[in-house]
Amino acid sequence: MTMIKALTRLLVAGVAAVYLHAAAPASAEEITVKIGNFTFGPQELKVKAGTTITWTNEDDIPHTVVSPNAFRSKVMDTDGKFSFTFTTPGTYKYFCSLHPHMTGTVVVEMQTGNAGPGAQ
Amino acid sequence: MTEHDDGMNRRKVLECMTWAGTGVLWTITGGVPASLGIIDEAVAAPVKGFAFLQISDSHMGFDKPANSNVKGTLEEAIARVKTLTVKPSFMIHTGDISHLSKPSEFDDADQIISHAGLNVRYVPGEHDLLDEDQGKLYLDRYGRGTKGAGWYSFDDNGVHFIGLVNVVNLKAGGLGNLGNEQLEWLEGDLKGRSASQPIVLFAHIPLWTVYPEWGWGTEDGARALGYLKRFGSVTVLNGHIHQVMQKVEGNVTFHTARSTAFPQPAPGTAPSPGPIKVPDDKLRSMLGIANVTFKQNEQRLAIIDTPIQK
Repeated sequence: MTMIKALTRLLVAGVAAVYLHAAAPASAEEITVKIGNFTFGPQELKVKAGTTITWTNEDDIPHTVVSPNAFRSKVMDTDGKFSFTFTTPGTYKYFCSLHPHMTGTVVVEMQTGNAGPGAQ
Repeated sequence: MTEHDDGMNRRKVLECMTWAGTGVLWTITGGVPASLGIIDEAVAAPVKGFAFLQISDSHMGFDKPANSNVKGTLEEAIARVKTLTVKPSFMIHTGDISHLSKPSEFDDADQIISHAGLNVRYVPGEHDLLDEDQGKLYLDRYGRGTKGAGWYSFDDNGVHFIGLVNVVNLKAGGLGNLGNEQLEWLEGDLKGRSASQPIVLFAHIPLWTVYPEWGWGTEDGARALGYLKRFGSVTVLNGHIHQVMQKVEGNVTFHTARSTAFPQPAPGTAPSPGPIKVPDDKLRSMLGIANVTFKQNEQRLAIIDTPIQK
């Protein structure tokens, strides 16, 4: 039991760390984007190269996550997930191919933390 | 039918009636607005010309709280079709046959809809193109004799019907999309056609802009409608928004049909266009089919927009 408790604490701490870092450019490696009410939340993210983002569909309607020339999820029904690891710095605009008014952006910075001028 | 007809003194009326239970009957007739009474009277009234049916958004496979029995409500809609005293010439399905493009979902739809005993012409919704090959399943099943992503035209009883596909190659931030190839085909399809021939255009997503904030419109729909300007009678039938909505602009009547599966909110009345859960006893009043009746020799239709509810 103590082992499990310790593990749980670690997990909780890990999740908290992810959320703390998700708000600001930092070294988070796992970030979650929720799809709800036909919107991506958060809609804009700034992450370090190497970060994995997982989208989870919380709507009663299926969605997809598509970034032309970068990634394309299969259709995600309710509670469906899709993950992508961003290894290359740059700005990734993505959308739902079923409901293209749903859009989001992921800005991937180099791991040094210096994304260079104009990359905000 | 002279060039001087401005439509006002030859006003024809488009009537919309809400079925007490499950659907909408609308019919294009001559003269001044007149109530057709309840649906049973309307159906029993002698109809000149011919009728066809529209069914839409059956979403086989959907199993969320808004309707856990979409097969059941589709069966009920088809049962209503069979009660019509005027046998429709055929039926169109304006897309979202399935919810996730699974073969079993298409199978269920085909099995239930076949009970209507009518020839059915389909156009795909975005939910019908979710297979690995992004639409191959749909085209294998419904696309025989069609062009491109599944568009086509045909004539019936002197009316020219055009089925368009506006759910492929959607662009980020955009609306429904027809694309250049399809638009060029449409222009060619209409070329040389008599302007007095009634045209019925159908596609899944509304061809006019209903509510861009929710993607309810077609990016290049205006170009398609531009090709139809010279025609005296144009009727545009869509689905996608799971509610009846109607607009009249010149000689063009726009109409969206209800879903047979679940209702969606009126534009802007909810945080998102997702399915709305209504009390069980209210659900069936928000689902349905549409029955379109053409009165022959009514080439030019000046149509009065008749709101149904709200």
